[in-house]
Amino acid sequence: MLWLLFLLVTASHAQLCQPGAENAFKVRLSIKAALGKKAYAWDINEEYLFRAMVAFSMRKIPKREATEIAHVLLCNVTQRVSFWFVVTDPSKNHTIPAAEVQSAIRMSRNRINNAFSLNDQTLEFLRIPSTLAPPVDESVPAWIIIFGVIFCIVIVAISLLVLSGIWQSRRKKTETSEVIDSEDKCEHMITMENGNPLDEKGGHVNDAFMSEDERLTPL
Amino acid sequence: MEKERPQWDNPLQFVFACISYAVGLGNVWRFPYLCQLYGGGVASVVVSFFLSMYYNVVNAWGFWYLFHSFQNPLPWSVCPLNSNRTGYDEECEAASSTQYFWYRKTLNISPSIQESGAVQWELALCLILAWLMVYLCILRGTESTGKVVYFTALLPYCVLIIYLGRGLTLRGATNGLIYMFTPKVEQLANPKTWINAATQIFFSLGLGFGSLIAFASYNKPSNDCQKHAIIVSLINSATSIFASIVTFSIYGFKATFNYESCLDKVILLLTNSFDLEDGSLTASNLEEMKDYLASTYPSKYSEVFPSIKNCSLESELDTAVQGTGLAFIVYSEAIKNMEVSQLWSVLYFFMLLMLGIGSMLGNTAAILTPLTDSKVISSHLPKEVISGLVCLINCAVGMVFTMEAGNYWFDIFNDYAATLSLLLIVLVETIALCYVYGLRRFESDLKAMTGRALSWYWKVLWAGVSPLLIVSLFAFYLSDYILTGTLQYQAWDASQGQLVTKDYPTYALAVIGLLVASSTMCIPLGALGIFIMRHLKRADTAPVA
Repeated sequence: MLWLLFLLVTASHAQLCQPGAENAFKVRLSIKAALGKKAYAWDINEEYLFRAMVAFSMRKIPKREATEIAHVLLCNVTQRVSFWFVVTDPSKNHTIPAAEVQSAIRMSRNRINNAFSLNDQTLEFLRIPSTLAPPVDESVPAWIIIFGVIFCIVIVAISLLVLSGIWQSRRKKTETSEVIDSEDKCEHMITMENGNPLDEKGGHVNDAFMSEDERLTPL
Repeated sequence: MEKERPQWDNPLQFVFACISYAVGLGNVWRFPYLCQLYGGGVASVVVSFFLSMYYNVVNAWGFWYLFHSFQNPLPWSVCPLNSNRTGYDEECEAASSTQYFWYRKTLNISPSIQESGAVQWELALCLILAWLMVYLCILRGTESTGKVVYFTALLPYCVLIIYLGRGLTLRGATNGLIYMFTPKVEQLANPKTWINAATQIFFSLGLGFGSLIAFASYNKPSNDCQKHAIIVSLINSATSIFASIVTFSIYGFKATFNYESCLDKVILLLTNSFDLEDGSLTASNLEEMKDYLASTYPSKYSEVFPSIKNCSLESELDTAVQGTGLAFIVYSEAIKNMEVSQLWSVLYFFMLLMLGIGSMLGNTAAILTPLTDSKVISSHLPKEVISGLVCLINCAVGMVFTMEAGNYWFDIFNDYAATLSLLLIVLVETIALCYVYGLRRFESDLKAMTGRALSWYWKVLWAGVSPLLIVSLFAFYLSDYILTGTLQYQAWDASQGQLVTKDYPTYALAVIGLLVASSTMCIPLGALGIFIMRHLKRADTAPVA
């Protein structure tokens, strides 16, 4: 009788955990790819650890705090290493719905990865998509800062060049007008010395000629 | 007192200006591509104007990439996540992360040329900065340009040397170099090879743009132009070859990297499908294992077979890309896989900017020299204002290229604004010099200036060989245009993640026609104009006499 019961239990276990069974998930590990020389061998103890981690994840879900290691069943372990697993309820007759298992695994994914020194790509749960790390969001993108710096430098350089150009041209103008001015002074003095014959109208200053001071526009 | 014409401080500045102008982006991106494929008056100003309109957009792209190189990880090395964070963005998955960054993040390209879209403000900002940079350099004329060209001519060589060191030590570099130096003999027999080589040298030296004439006009009359012409040409060609070596070693690295990733993917696929032991499949035993699996599990193998890609190093090396594609996609892809990629990225885009700005200085000099030389304009406005106006107008027009469809318009300008017209301009220049002005007069002028006689080699080339070559190039291009029928372009398809060929709409064809016509017609129209004016003058003077 007992023997029949035992057979029934193992048979039902076998039925619960099968490749492609309802609520069963396939897991694939690439230990050699991840760890190279430090790769460990996959044996029964590692499987025990895996079952413990799954039970741990299930315990975090409300209403499933009573999940035990014995409730997690593994089957079809291949050389790859890959296998299938299901989580049964305390009565061991039904499997827990896939959605619950999925959310449990997703929540504790990091802890499971760390237990085996693997990551999302080397410890794959097929049909359980992993939440990818969100990109680092900066308030001000880095490129705008650098753009702003270079933009300001260029504007400052242009304004410096333009302003210095204007100063130079103004200085040239004052220089040349001073030169013309001093030349005129010489001429004026020369004409005064020679005594302009046309000016002998009684020494009237001819107002048609501007006086010296007004020639230069005042600053 | 008449203002003295500005001059270069020393002849070295002139040589550097020419080198900086001639050694442009073409050396870095066009020549290596061609190597790979084949085992190289008023009209000038118009062409230069078109050129400066669109060329500075390349500098804007250079700035964009340069500013984005200061991040870790580089933004074109990772795909962004999709909306529910379970995977990567679909477009990025279909294409590659570098292509996604170029087509989506940089250009935000539209599916076709008809959909113009809005101006991309980020790119517009970069374009404004590029024009400000150019304005800063040409502000004071040769005084400032002369100093800047030391920088823009020498710095790219420094970076190229650094890259040569890095490139040759990369894994798989030798594959690229072997590929570059093995000539494809059947391509050497193809006349198109030689035509492309001739065109490359032609445009690379920047003949017909008037820039070299502009630069040379600032030389002292006693300048030894013969020696300088040879020096610039030799340096230009040597730089192209040097840049090709660097490019091909990086090409080889990228191809080897992609080939090995492809192999890894196939290995992973087979390992997962057949649940083989992790690490049992390697690159060396892949072929035998494939046969073994095919024979042992025929049904399962036939299921998996369609997804197995045939990885080949040759096909990776064959993916020939030229122009903007090479500079921004292929190089950035190679850079993201190097160690300390930010440093290499900054160096590379900085060099690209130096090259681009050096060439822009030549282009703007070609436009500004006639403007500042003409009494009409330079009497009313100072030199700074003229340069500022030219930069402003070009910048405003260049905004067209920052729209979503801007890259398609850029390709139009790149392909059609310069080609035919330049050939015609240079042909007319050569014929005018040799036959209208007279080769003997020119010879005596040169003798008076440089003190040396002209060797027969130059005379034969100018009078005979060059016009013949240019006429044949011209005839070839015309026949090519006529025979091709409707012109087509490559558009980016976001859903497939690759380029598709589409036909140009009628208004785009009209723009192409206008571009080619406006630059080519200038010469005959100008000649006609002068002829008519002379005729009218004679008619005026005849009755008086």
